[in-house]
Amino acid sequence: MIPALTIENLRKVYGGGFEALKGISLEVQQGDFFALLGPNGAGKSTTIGIICSLVTKSAGKVSVFDVDIDRDFAAAKKYIGIVPQEFNFNQFEKTMDIVVNQAGYYGLAPGLARQRAEKYLKALGLWDKRDTPSRMLSGGMKRRLMIARALVHEPRLLILDEPTAGVDIEMRRTMWDFLKKINAEGTTIILTTHYLEEAEALCRHIAIINHGLIVEHTSIKSLLRRLHREVFILDCVEDTPENVAIEGFTVRRVDSHTLEVEVEKGQYINQVFDELDRHGIHISSMRNRANRLEEMFVNLVEGAA
Amino acid sequence: MSPREQYVAFMTIVRKEIKRYLRIWTQTLLPSAITMSLYFVIFGSLIGSRIGEMGGFTYMQFVVPGLIMMAIVTNSYSNVVSSFFGSKFNNSVEELLVSPTPNYIILLGYIVGGISRGLMVAVVVTIVSLFFTHLHIHSYFVVVVVVLLTSTLFALAGFINAVFANSFDDITIIPTFVLTPLIYLGGVFYSMDLLPAFWAGVSKLNPLVYVVNAFRYGVLGVSDVSLTFAFGMITLFTIVAFTYSLHLLNSGKRLRQ
Repeated sequence: MIPALTIENLRKVYGGGFEALKGISLEVQQGDFFALLGPNGAGKSTTIGIICSLVTKSAGKVSVFDVDIDRDFAAAKKYIGIVPQEFNFNQFEKTMDIVVNQAGYYGLAPGLARQRAEKYLKALGLWDKRDTPSRMLSGGMKRRLMIARALVHEPRLLILDEPTAGVDIEMRRTMWDFLKKINAEGTTIILTTHYLEEAEALCRHIAIINHGLIVEHTSIKSLLRRLHREVFILDCVEDTPENVAIEGFTVRRVDSHTLEVEVEKGQYINQVFDELDRHGIHISSMRNRANRLEEMFVNLVEGAA
Repeated sequence: MSPREQYVAFMTIVRKEIKRYLRIWTQTLLPSAITMSLYFVIFGSLIGSRIGEMGGFTYMQFVVPGLIMMAIVTNSYSNVVSSFFGSKFNNSVEELLVSPTPNYIILLGYIVGGISRGLMVAVVVTIVSLFFTHLHIHSYFVVVVVVLLTSTLFALAGFINAVFANSFDDITIIPTFVLTPLIYLGGVFYSMDLLPAFWAGVSKLNPLVYVVNAFRYGVLGVSDVSLTFAFGMITLFTIVAFTYSLHLLNSGKRLRQ
């Protein structure tokens, strides 16, 4: 199966001489849910900009579903739907008009364009706002409008640049569900985000970019397997004694009902439960102290610095 | 994109442009109608009655073609410069840039948007002028060709201005300091015969002279310059402006990073 996106030795040097991309290579398979992570200024938006033609590359090759953008950019563009980081629609235009016009730019006849606009505005909960000028929409609605606009020509590859920035938790979850649904239906998704829990919850593969170089390109599972140590927070049912000790583990009492336990790679958390049970301590719930991916991300980015 | 898809994209841009200036008609269509009415009243009716004949016609009949052309020039220019710069300013131009719409379709869409506004205002101004004078069209063919070529040329000029503009100030500098003086010195209100030989020669460097005189020929059948030369100059300017505009879009200058 041909990859959805292939990037080979992509370089970008801006006018002032700043080298934003130093020859990155990347492959995203069809149907994947792919995260492109990196600190601010790492080169994520430049990469996305080149894929969708808003930035001109200095060197390298980009192919979308095997269509080289240097040979037939128009054909490649038909495969791509882009949701940028910043709002980039005319604030005076109505919600429906923005989506219908975008369909027109992809050559969809007016009847079909209106049909598709209705489909995606309804799917994203914006149908009631179809005649509202876009400037009157809330921040979350504007983000959803950009998703509807990006999907109106039904692209095979959807690229989202920080789609949930500034969106409340409930709306974020709704957007996650929607993105999971369209991914399950076959749309390949590439996502950049600062919320690493988002990448962990949604994505199967990941690339971490830093200082214009790819420092990691693997599956989320194999990345997380490389964690050497995890810290779990345990909520206890009863008061815990002052000094709780479990052989082979570092245990810290946070408060009367909370313990923190460090589990090294190769250790089993069952041992912790067995020991606590022996001490008469019962656990009601458990969670990671920090986002696991976040720890790995910091290690990789700091390691490359 | 197939030709059918390109046509859909083109019509989408044109419809969007027309919708835009109709939505804000008090800023786009009304001012020209009011300004031109004032010109007709003050220059044509009040002052014109004391000037007498010019070029063999009443002063009112003489200035009407120039004033209609002035409306076409300013409106086709303003429409494209404000619309395209606005879309650059709010980044909505990216909607077009990420799409497969070819650059020449983008350019044609904006040009036709500008032409349509120029034509709409021209019709309004012509209707207003009929309250002040009787108009007899000498050559419909010349009128149509000059109107289309001129509105195309100034829509393209507006596009070039929009590409280079960095602020809203930049899109008013050219119309205020270049376009308006050239229009006033382009023979709208006077015949070149009135100028001393030197200034008449200098005036021939002004492209608006050809535009105004070619249109005046179409309406009244008189012109201060050769019609063939006027057509040649307008066509040449239009081809150069179109080629340069397309080059700007293809190179992505000031549009892509």
